[in-house]
Amino acid sequence: MTKVEPAPEPTDPDVDLHVPAQRGELRRAPVALLLVISAGGVLGACARYGAALAWPTPAGAFPWTTWAVNVSGCAAIGVLMVLIAEVRTAHPLVRPFLGTGILGGFTTFSTYAVDTQRLLDAGRAGLALGYLAATMAGALGAVWLAAAATRRLARGRA
Amino acid sequence: MNWLLVIAGAAVGAPLRYLTDRAVQARHDTVFPWGTFAVNVTASLLLGFITGAVTAGAASPRVAALVGTGLCGALSTYSTFSYETLRLAETGSRALAAANILGSALAALGAAVLGVAFSQALWG
Repeated sequence: MTKVEPAPEPTDPDVDLHVPAQRGELRRAPVALLLVISAGGVLGACARYGAALAWPTPAGAFPWTTWAVNVSGCAAIGVLMVLIAEVRTAHPLVRPFLGTGILGGFTTFSTYAVDTQRLLDAGRAGLALGYLAATMAGALGAVWLAAAATRRLARGRA
Repeated sequence: MNWLLVIAGAAVGAPLRYLTDRAVQARHDTVFPWGTFAVNVTASLLLGFITGAVTAGAASPRVAALVGTGLCGALSTYSTFSYETLRLAETGSRALAAANILGSALAALGAAVLGVAFSQALWG
C-alpha cells in the first residue's frame, strides 16, 4: 500500500513560477490582482493596528499583542491553504485576497524583529530571546496544527 | 489621521511584497523561499531605521504610522514565512526548513539592529 501524499502545490503560496499557467497570473489580470492584494493588505494592517491600539505593549514588556497577531495569522493561513490547495478549488483571486492580502498584511516580521531589538536595547536579553523563540514556536506550531486539523476534518467529510 | 496613514502604507506594502516575491522567485531555481526572506529582511531594516528616527526625534509618529505600521507591516509577513517553512518540512527539505527558521530570524533581527544603528549614527 502506498502512502497517500497531499496534492502537490507550490512552496510559495502565491504562485509557482515553474508552472507555466501560474507564470501568466500577473499578465492575465494585473490590475485586479494587485488591487485585490492591496485591499486585503489594508484590511489586515488595520486589524493589526487596531489590536495594537486596543492592547498596547508597555516598554520593556513581552509583546503579547504582536505575538497573538502573528500566531493567529499563521493558524489562519494553515486552514486557508489546505482548503484551497487540497480540499476544493477556489476562485483565482481568493488566495491573493485572503492569503497574500489580509493575512500577509495582518502578520508582520518587521515588528517581530524590531520588538526583539528594543528588548535587547533595554538590556532584557533573556526576554528578547524568549520572545524570538516563543513567536517562532507559536507561529510554526499554529500553522502545522491548523493544517493538520483541517486535513483531518476534510478527510472525515469526504 | 493615523488610520489613513496606516491604510495608505499598507495599500502599497502588500502589492510591493507580492511583486518583490515574484521578481526574486523568478531569478533562482532552488526551493528556498528567497522572496519572502528578502521582503522580511528589507522591511525589518526599514522599520529599524524609522523606529530609530522617531526615537531620535527626527521623524514624527505620523511617519511611523505610514512607513512603519502601514508599509513595513504589510511588506513583511509571518504567515507566508511559516506556511513556506511548513511546506519545506513536509516535502522532505527539513534542513532547508531549519535554515529558513534560523536564517530569517537572525537576518531580520540583524537588519533591525543595523537600521536602528544607522539612524542613531545620523541623528543620535
